[in-house]
Amino acid sequence: MPSGPTSAPTPATEAGAVSARKAGRRFDPHRFGPVVGLVLLLIVGTALNPDFATWDNMMNVLTRTAFIGIISIGMCFVIISGGIDLSVGSMAALIAGGMILLMNALAGSVGSPVVVVALGMLFALLLGGGFGLAHGYLITRGRIEPFIVTLGTLGIFRAVLTWLADGGAITLDNDLSDAYGPVYYGSLLGIPVPVWVFLAVSVAGAVLLNRTAFGRYVQAIGSNEQVARFAAVDVDRVKLLTYGLLGVCVGIATVLYVPRLGSASPTTGLLWELEAIAAVIVGGTSFKGGEGRIAGTVIGAVLLSVISNILNLTSIISVYLNAAVQGCVIIAVAFLQRRRP
Amino acid sequence: MSLHVAFDGITKEFGPVRVLHGVGFDLHPGRVHGLLGENGAGKSTLMKILAGYHAPTTGTLRIDGEAVRFRNSRDAEQRGIVLIHQELSLADDLTVAQNMFLGHEIKRGWLLDDRAMRDQAAQALRQVGFDRDPDTKVRDLIVAEKQLVEIAKAQLRNARLLIMDEPTASLTPSECDRLFGLIDRLRRDGVTIVYISHKLDEVERITDEVIVMRDGRFVARAPTAETSRQRMATLMVGRELTDMFPAKHSPAIGKPLMAVRGLTVPGWAEEVSFDLHPGEILGFAGLVGAGRTELFEGILGLRPRSGGTVEIEGRPVSLRNPREAMRNGLTYLSEDRKGKGLHVNMGLRDNLTLMTLRHHAQPLLSPASEDRALEHAVTNFGIRGNPQGTASSLSGGNQQKLAIAKFLEPDPRVFVLDEPTRGVDVGAKRDIYFLIARLAAEGRGVIVISSELIELIGLCHRVIVMRGRRVAATVPADRLSEEELIAHAIGTNVGTHAGH
Repeated sequence: MPSGPTSAPTPATEAGAVSARKAGRRFDPHRFGPVVGLVLLLIVGTALNPDFATWDNMMNVLTRTAFIGIISIGMCFVIISGGIDLSVGSMAALIAGGMILLMNALAGSVGSPVVVVALGMLFALLLGGGFGLAHGYLITRGRIEPFIVTLGTLGIFRAVLTWLADGGAITLDNDLSDAYGPVYYGSLLGIPVPVWVFLAVSVAGAVLLNRTAFGRYVQAIGSNEQVARFAAVDVDRVKLLTYGLLGVCVGIATVLYVPRLGSASPTTGLLWELEAIAAVIVGGTSFKGGEGRIAGTVIGAVLLSVISNILNLTSIISVYLNAAVQGCVIIAVAFLQRRRP
Repeated sequence: MSLHVAFDGITKEFGPVRVLHGVGFDLHPGRVHGLLGENGAGKSTLMKILAGYHAPTTGTLRIDGEAVRFRNSRDAEQRGIVLIHQELSLADDLTVAQNMFLGHEIKRGWLLDDRAMRDQAAQALRQVGFDRDPDTKVRDLIVAEKQLVEIAKAQLRNARLLIMDEPTASLTPSECDRLFGLIDRLRRDGVTIVYISHKLDEVERITDEVIVMRDGRFVARAPTAETSRQRMATLMVGRELTDMFPAKHSPAIGKPLMAVRGLTVPGWAEEVSFDLHPGEILGFAGLVGAGRTELFEGILGLRPRSGGTVEIEGRPVSLRNPREAMRNGLTYLSEDRKGKGLHVNMGLRDNLTLMTLRHHAQPLLSPASEDRALEHAVTNFGIRGNPQGTASSLSGGNQQKLAIAKFLEPDPRVFVLDEPTRGVDVGAKRDIYFLIARLAAEGRGVIVISSELIELIGLCHRVIVMRGRRVAATVPADRLSEEELIAHAIGTNVGTHAGH
């Protein structure tokens, strides 16, 4: 409220209380918009194709959502704190390449493929966290805009991967693939492993954001960094940690993604950054920072992959137009959520 | 040539908050009107309505008898009404001439006619006594020069009514004299002037008539010649000043709670030394730009320091950020409540507990524990408003009480308040004064930075006056008067009571 009131006589307080209560009851597009959108899509999907509403298809959609979904949970923290990370797709590609190279190298010396895979997974998480902290360090101590830092690493990560792969693909050894496969293809109680992990990361993210001091600080910094600084919040440390957290999320997503194809190539994770950012925004998080929701983000991610699933199952709109339809949805959601000036 | 303005039952609401309550008075052509009122009296809002920046919620604005409704400031400009902003509204990266014609560029066909604009600008600038090249970038001007540019720009638009909001806030005495001379000339040319200022001596000197507002209402008007400064102050505050302030208790004599020696914040404060005792309310007076706020931002570690020492309770400290300050028992509430004090879009509870979240985490945050803290603060500080709403739903006074409560949550030994009653109505002001006295009575050291001299005089045990980055004087309670403080602040009695 840039041109807000400079003063108010006390009687106005009563009126303020009343209108605030009214506002609470009013339909809040940030909270319910994504849910309504998803429900509408589910109805459309069911109407268009009987295969859509099956358990198998639903699990298929959720499994495919898991990668972007997990990354968008981390992205949600970064965006709420007022930052951005454009590099996550390239980062995922480089982590994938790096962990495959490491696992292939260890396969000779370490006997058990399971141990090799476990070490590879650990490496992926550490690498992701390290990349994230490096971003955070450049942004806070180096005082460089997050957009610029991660635009730079977007290029660096993918170029290094391409160089490591010599322009082709880095492929996981066969026996390792067999040991690693269940991480993507396995399921527990009828629900695929990636969906369980997505769920766990979502719950952890929601608790972290809403029930810890760290989460409150993230929101306070995004809402107004100066106020947070004056209120004795260690702004730099909190920001650093949001990027570290996002890096770990990218690591987790990569750990789930690698066994799917068993290889990394220059096109791995291409445009994931845009999908992750889109999921966060569609989920009702303000691009300017300050407020956002993990549940909304999860719904946003699912909504985007339901769109491509419907296009795959039906022939009304060509699958090639997938990104176009998603783009229209993103703009439409942003339109519904816009604030009056 | 001049124009007659009549306000009739003007009200203005910002969301739930009503800041003007049916204001009605006239502005007479060709006179200089002093518009008086404390912070938050509604002066600026009313003048923004007159200049087309805000629309009134209800009520009528009449210009020469005709009801008008300005859609924007351009509409008002067309009627000859120009507001010169407190924060001057010039684009730093453009030249003087470019600024003067911004939005009104002279064109020849498709292209800008730079030469015509420069010539006309130069002519208007000469009339106001601005003697620099119109191609100078505004960035390179000092504040007084920017003000002249603003006035010249208004002249260029044939202004018939000029509103000046605190024009002397950052001017030196000689620059003020030049401005007053210019105002005199404008009046002779038939321009109506509304002059908003806190400095009653200036109002006495240059206005024909004073109009007083309080809490969003018109209170009184009278010819300046017949109104004493004492009378003006009483009208502004709305009650006898003696009733506004709590009795002063003498602070403990003994070891200082905080001792600052030779502190230098490059560009802002030089060689500043002072002591603060337990139970003491220490005031900081000075003109805008004298370095008071920046001195304390330096102590907090928000600006680099190049020398000096700070001791709190006998321990030398070198604070790097507000977090370390808080751990050492020092908190600072900024003058910029919306920019540095409160998260206006967040709830009351989240604002209150932000500094002490660790106390409510085990390790997950306990909303019940936070609610108890809020409940306690609401009763303790008399915060009125919806506890479930956002901070922005509170009135200015209640926002300030919430902000004070927030910075007291860590239980500081030393509490610094910068402009503690800015944008606060009279009732809340009195509450805040009594609260400050209570904090001091509890044995805390309280530092009050303020531009309201009445407030410093009524509240403080001692007042340090800063001028040009240095401590000009330390004035004890028995010598506190507006004349004394102003004299030190602008440097007209250098050396008489020098305190360091």
